[in-house]
Amino acid sequence: MKDVRLFDTGFSAGEGLARFAQAVPDAGGIVSFVGKVRAEQDVKALELSHYEPLTLPGMEALADRALERWALDGLMIWHRVGIMQPGAPIVLVSAGARHRRDAFEAVDFAMDHLKSDAWFWKRERRSDGWHWIEPRGQDHNDLSRWDILTEQD
Amino acid sequence: MSVRVLFLGKLSDLAGAERDMDAPLDWAGLLENLPAGAKALVEGEKVRLALNGTLLADKTALQAEDGSEIALLPPVSGG
Repeated sequence: MKDVRLFDTGFSAGEGLARFAQAVPDAGGIVSFVGKVRAEQDVKALELSHYEPLTLPGMEALADRALERWALDGLMIWHRVGIMQPGAPIVLVSAGARHRRDAFEAVDFAMDHLKSDAWFWKRERRSDGWHWIEPRGQDHNDLSRWDILTEQD
Repeated sequence: MSVRVLFLGKLSDLAGAERDMDAPLDWAGLLENLPAGAKALVEGEKVRLALNGTLLADKTALQAEDGSEIALLPPVSGG
């Protein structure tokens, strides 16, 4: 079971989780991550832009890789685009599996890839206007963990 | 007879969100039609190019026909 979506208006993480839990009734465990717009000094809003012909297929391919790599009953990736206020959910990733380790790792893997190589561009509005957010080195370090693990497999 | 060119991320500050250019359009023609600030970035190796939704391995090999869509993609900031 795979549920990958982009939303241009707000979604409810609670509703997403309830729907996912119904879709994987035999899972022994479900791990979920909700990413939100961080409340920071002077950040009034965050805008996420995307290029739909690449962004959604890229998310689908990421979900397929996670489903191949871990024994999962299902995987859900919901992601917002557009303008969001601090506190609003940006991303919801849930994995259901027979055993918890597969679910934890699949969610961690999906988040590291969404944060570093998914087709999204971010800018934030501060009191002096909009500022583009540059790629973070930490996100690439997080991503390389999975390459090392692959070599060890 | 035109090609639609989309500018993602901070390229949109330098060139606007989209522009129509005359078809057919190759790499040299694309660069000629860009404002100087955007041209410098697009020429750099960090900006990728998608033609009709597919990334080009070599953007300088661009050959866009009438009705095509080009997307210029700076490094992503992640989700």
